Amino acid sequence: MAKIQANRIPVRSQDPAERVKNFEEVSYGYNTEEAVLEAARCIQCKNPRCVAGCPVSIQIPQFIKAIVEGNMESAATIIAADSSLPAVCGRVCPQEVQCEGACIMGIKHEPISIGKLERYVADWAKENQFSTSEKVPSNGKKVAVVGSGPAGLACATDLARAGCDVTVFEALHKPGGVLVYGIPEFRLPKEDVVEYEIGQLQKMGVTIETNVVVGRTVTVDQLFEEGFHAVFIGSGAGLPKFLNIPGENLNGVVSANEFLTRSNLMAAYDPESETPIYVGRKVVVVGGGNVAMDAARTALRLGAEVVVAYRRTEKEMPARIEEVHHAKEEGVVFQLLTNPTAVLGNERGWVTGLQCVQMELGEPDESGRRRPVEIPDSTFDISCDVVIIALGTDSNPLIGRTTPGLEMNRYNGIVADENGVTSREGVFAGGDVVTGAATVILAMGAGRKAAKSILEFLKIGIL
Amino acid sequence: MYDILKKRFLAPDICLMEVLAPRIASSAKPGQFLIVRVSEVGERIPLTICDYNPLAGSVTIVTQQVGASSRRICALEEGDAFVDFAGPLGVPSAFIHEEDEALKQKKYLFIAGGLGTAPVYPQVKYLHEKGAHVEVIIGAKTKDLVIMEEEMRQVAKEVYVCTDDGSYGFKGLVTEKMKELLDAGHTYDQAVAIGPMIMMKFVTLSAKEYDLPLTVSLNTLMVDGTGMCGACRVTVGGQTKFACVDGPEFDAYQVNFDEAMRRQGMYKTQEADADHKCRIGLKNG
Ligand SMILES: Cc1cc2nc3c(=O)[nH]c(=O)nc-3n(C[C@H](O)[C@H](O)[C@H](O)COP(=O)(O)OP(=O)(O)OC[C@H]3O[C@@H](n4cnc5c(N)ncnc54)[C@H](O)[C@@H]3O)c2cc1C
Ligand SMILES: Cc1cc2nc3c(=O)[nH]c(=O)nc-3n(C[C@H](O)[C@H](O)[C@H](O)COP(=O)(O)OP(=O)(O)OC[C@H]3O[C@@H](n4cnc5c(N)ncnc54)[C@H](O)[C@@H]3O)c2cc1C
Ligand code: SF4
Ligand code: SF4
Ligand code: FES
Repeated sequence: MAKIQANRIPVRSQDPAERVKNFEEVSYGYNTEEAVLEAARCIQCKNPRCVAGCPVSIQIPQFIKAIVEGNMESAATIIAADSSLPAVCGRVCPQEVQCEGACIMGIKHEPISIGKLERYVADWAKENQFSTSEKVPSNGKKVAVVGSGPAGLACATDLARAGCDVTVFEALHKPGGVLVYGIPEFRLPKEDVVEYEIGQLQKMGVTIETNVVVGRTVTVDQLFEEGFHAVFIGSGAGLPKFLNIPGENLNGVVSANEFLTRSNLMAAYDPESETPIYVGRKVVVVGGGNVAMDAARTALRLGAEVVVAYRRTEKEMPARIEEVHHAKEEGVVFQLLTNPTAVLGNERGWVTGLQCVQMELGEPDESGRRRPVEIPDSTFDISCDVVIIALGTDSNPLIGRTTPGLEMNRYNGIVADENGVTSREGVFAGGDVVTGAATVILAMGAGRKAAKSILEFLKIGIL
Repeated sequence: MYDILKKRFLAPDICLMEVLAPRIASSAKPGQFLIVRVSEVGERIPLTICDYNPLAGSVTIVTQQVGASSRRICALEEGDAFVDFAGPLGVPSAFIHEEDEALKQKKYLFIAGGLGTAPVYPQVKYLHEKGAHVEVIIGAKTKDLVIMEEEMRQVAKEVYVCTDDGSYGFKGLVTEKMKELLDAGHTYDQAVAIGPMIMMKFVTLSAKEYDLPLTVSLNTLMVDGTGMCGACRVTVGGQTKFACVDGPEFDAYQVNFDEAMRRQGMYKTQEADADHKCRIGLKNG
């Protein structure tokens, strides 16, 4: 056996000093030569731990082998069997806790860059117009998919592959869910990646109806009356949480969802767009997840100085390691063990600062993370003119409330089993609306499992 | 695309449009709004549903030109189309849950300020069809700005027009007319005020003196209109509510109007800049 290459082939990325001035993608990804070299590092485990670490069990060693052999079509086909959004997952999966976190190479050396390889294959397929999606003959069954995030898109893909006549209903004016309104352009290019993937879906005959708010424009019951045989709900967890501290409604306090929606969905960073965005001179972002990193790095690009205030330490931060690393490189300042207690404002009602207390780590809580506790008399102020709240989201109760017989949990999420089956016959659900805010790949996996259940419910043989 | 079937100006800066949007036309209820976009780079603009015709599949909106986006809406002509038209959004007016028999016994007073006349119309029409007794106060700066008076007379028992300058009807503010009616012994089970935030605030203060139950419809800033961003948040009864999904109608006595008015001005500096495209937000603070 050839000598093991301990270290990863580094991935090229835009220079931090340059990229803070633009919204272009930060990571360039591998070229063919780099991809083949990186792929060659994989020792092709008989019992691959990486596959167990991937929520949708992509046949990782097999597709990596195909890359080494230069057979990209085969690599793309292998990935497509388990994932319908590889260009997205390759870019945004928290690989360090999934496939790459489990990779055997990671024990002594650096794990294989599985995500970057997956992205390479997906980008190759797009450039070479190698498509695994085509229209199949109809089986005569109509299925409605509510929400066009990763859960809905993945569910629609599998249903269309089985010949169902699928219509996706989306409340906003653009399909993609968080992929278009939340995750910024510099991490996930909208036109090249998201719109392309959605285009593939439309090629398979899936209809996408935007501007339809299910529960308002049309109810789930009315969808059945319109002739749909089954309904999948993948409406996500879009309702932003606030801190409920004094001053939170001052001018200059926004949720990360508002800030990112203005910037991404409404393209406020683009001078052509008519949507305003207010970034001020100094921004404090409250939170430590991907959403906080995205908001911070967007504010930076819009010209502000940015501080991230997080109540635990870096080790507990839920954001992907790569994002934290990129944020630091770009100049985001991290103020850790910091918990906001009030937003301060001037007499005109505009933000002037954030009052915080210093925390320390105490005993572990249910999640196993050490609970932050307040240090007495440690109050201090951070001056700023904008505060972005990135504390996570709950589900929007609209669909649950307008669909009789659909059981909901106390977070307004929909109750569904691991196969996406809900309390209402013919209604299936998956993704963030069931689990609470999670990840793209988990939502996608849930969409696919639900598609399988729907096909069983409709008594259609699975391909 | 959502075709504009009809368009006419009701006043120099206020235009009415009928738009083809069959799904909304068949699901709309009084009190609800929708969100439109004029172009692929346009803002999402909330507008009240002012009428709806399920048979024709059409929805009526009335827009007042106040800034860049509303000007673009009013510049569209019959035969043009909106790229996006989403709704109905928001919670319908509370009275749609009341039994017809109960509504027949009820007396309503609507207080419409300026453009607010348009959103009041579908509510008055609904109540009229259910047999309720409805009176309407319409207020405007001057005679030219009084809109939809004729339509309103078709569905309301009484219509009182007030103008600030006395060029038509009662000379004075809607609050003065309202007090006059109440002082003269008129009684109402419920009042509803829709108009500029400042007018709703003063109607609330006046109505309080008479213990008149009052509902207002809040026209906050909005982005998505589906509960996803929190731009529309208002304090109602000491709690934060999202006007787009919890409202837009609220019990007037619970609303923090001063905060709501301040929040409406959040993007003012930027909007003022909108026309010379200096708006990436770099140095606006
Ligand atoms: C800023 C941000 C950054 C993130 N970064 C990452 C990351 O790096 N890696 C990662 O794995 N995950 C990340 N996530 C999480 C991930 O994006 C979500 O877990 C995932 O998108 C959930 O998919 P979903 O399909 O369940 O819901 P969503 O993506 O939320 O899509 C739901 C869709 O349903 C629509 N909808 C809602 N209600 C209705 C209705 N009544 N009628 C019609 N349509 C409706 C919504 O408009 C939306 O388009 C991030 C999330 C955010 C907000
Ligand atoms: C639920 C709801 C229903 C509405 N119904 C209607 C309607 O039926 N017809 C109609 O013409 N308008 C209605 N509005 C208001 C309308 O959405 C705003 O006037 C519009 O967004 C202004 O956009 P603009 O770009 O033209 O003006 P901007 O350039 O954004 O603003 C111009 C001026 O108007 C003020 N302004 C901005 N937004 C609002 C607002 N929401 N309310 C009051 N003042 C504002 C600004 O502070 C500024 O002074 C409604 C708003 C809501 C939330
Ligand atoms: S889908 Fe995500 S977890 Fe699975 S192999 Fe790809 S990057 Fe890893
Ligand atoms: S665990 Fe790592 S080395 Fe083993 S097959 Fe998976 S990627 Fe290759
Ligand atoms: S407008 Fe975004 S939550 Fe109400």
